[in-house]
Amino acid sequence: MVRSHKPVVWGLFAAGGTVAAFLVPVMILFTCFAVPLGLLPADALSYDRVLDLLSQPFSRLATFGVLFLVIWHAAHRLRITAHDVGIRADSLVAIACYGIAAAATLLMLLVLPGL
Amino acid sequence: MSKQSVELEILRYDPERDEAPHFQSYTVPYREDWVVLDAVNYVKEELDRTLSYRWSCHMAVCGSCGMVVDGEPVLACHAFLRDYPDRIRIEPLHNFPVERDLVVVIDDFIDKLGSVKPYLVPKEEKDVEEGEYLQKPPELATFMQYTACINCLLCYSACPQYALDESFVGPAALALAHRYNLDSRDVGRGAREDVVASNPGVWQCSFVGACSEVCPKSVDPAAAIQQAKIAASGDYFLNLLTPWKRK
Amino acid sequence: MSRRPYRREVSKTGWWLTHPRYIRYLLREVSCIFIGAYAVAVIVALWRLSQGRAAFDAYMASSHDTASFAFAVLAMLFALYHTYTWFQVTPKAMPLVFAGKRVPGAVIVLGHWAGFIVASAIFWFLMAG
Repeated sequence: MVRSHKPVVWGLFAAGGTVAAFLVPVMILFTCFAVPLGLLPADALSYDRVLDLLSQPFSRLATFGVLFLVIWHAAHRLRITAHDVGIRADSLVAIACYGIAAAATLLMLLVLPGL
Repeated sequence: MSKQSVELEILRYDPERDEAPHFQSYTVPYREDWVVLDAVNYVKEELDRTLSYRWSCHMAVCGSCGMVVDGEPVLACHAFLRDYPDRIRIEPLHNFPVERDLVVVIDDFIDKLGSVKPYLVPKEEKDVEEGEYLQKPPELATFMQYTACINCLLCYSACPQYALDESFVGPAALALAHRYNLDSRDVGRGAREDVVASNPGVWQCSFVGACSEVCPKSVDPAAAIQQAKIAASGDYFLNLLTPWKRK
Repeated sequence: MSRRPYRREVSKTGWWLTHPRYIRYLLREVSCIFIGAYAVAVIVALWRLSQGRAAFDAYMASSHDTASFAFAVLAMLFALYHTYTWFQVTPKAMPLVFAGKRVPGAVIVLGHWAGFIVASAIFWFLMAG
């Protein structure tokens, strides 16, 4: 049998899953519920404020890092889930899942440096 | 009023007579201290001599009597009648071809077991006169739980990845490979890696964890496989960076 | 005696409905759809941010309708379920030995939840500060 190349995607999956486990709940709280629930002022997520938050290179790097890992974790798990519900065309599913993750990654690389 | 009897619905299959397996019901006495195996033995001895099934030790160490009882893979000698309702459904282990009645064909597992080299590969072969391969208690402790496997195959019956794709090497075989990889007296990890680190090896596992939930010996094959994934990933990246040292 | 082993068919799409433990497994796996969709939504927000005030404001306004709110609730539930199940399996993948004894899984899980609170607090402090 041939040794698999899965460690590449699995490493991303494991790192992304860990990051997601620690940070995604508070991220959702911050972006979706903080203002509507009155935990933060109405301008906490305004155009000016968000630009200001991302003004430091470190913030943009951290943002990229977290979203990159989370998106590749989700992509790999989605590929496995497709297999689990009986979709046999694994190569096609892999291309679709990792393709979306790659597109999202590219978008971030194009957008973040210029902010 | 205390229970007097239970009804067993047993999946029967006679390859020479039946097109497909079918359930057959038997009424057996209920005894407080009986296990499912006792009830099945009663069927064979008193009601239907044609019933076929595997069993031996009747004390959960030989691994022979694995069956699916009310949807859960168990050792029949380990499942007490008092823990089940009045009607109990008994089938052969899932994910294996049915040979006859409750007997399944386990050749696939036997092949896979051999393929992971489940034996010590020492650094240097020693003659018997030279003495034992020494090991300290903490070194034994690292792999002790993975030695407990009795090859009962409940884990394969529970594993959905094995159900979806029978090329999967499977929980017990991979846990045993891990047992030897962790053994300080063994240097065979590289030799096992071609099977363990292949796509049908650890990478087929999606950590459902059903195997560890049904294991009667608390081997925890799911944990073994995750640790093996980490080891395999380490080797993969190490080999990328230092190909001349390929393990 | 002729052998004719019988292969019982398993539904490749519906096998997980046969037992609660498989349903819980699939729920865990499906969490990635919501987590992934949320991450994409954030990335789109960054993209809109790069396109200027009008584009960003329009995007943020559209994220306040009922459908988006419902999605956010689901995403939060699934994200927490992911956290819960991820922490649960971590002790198995990385067994810890301290002073010669195996650290109980429950201790490792508790440590992770403590880390979760700390990480969340740091994030909140940095973003809401």
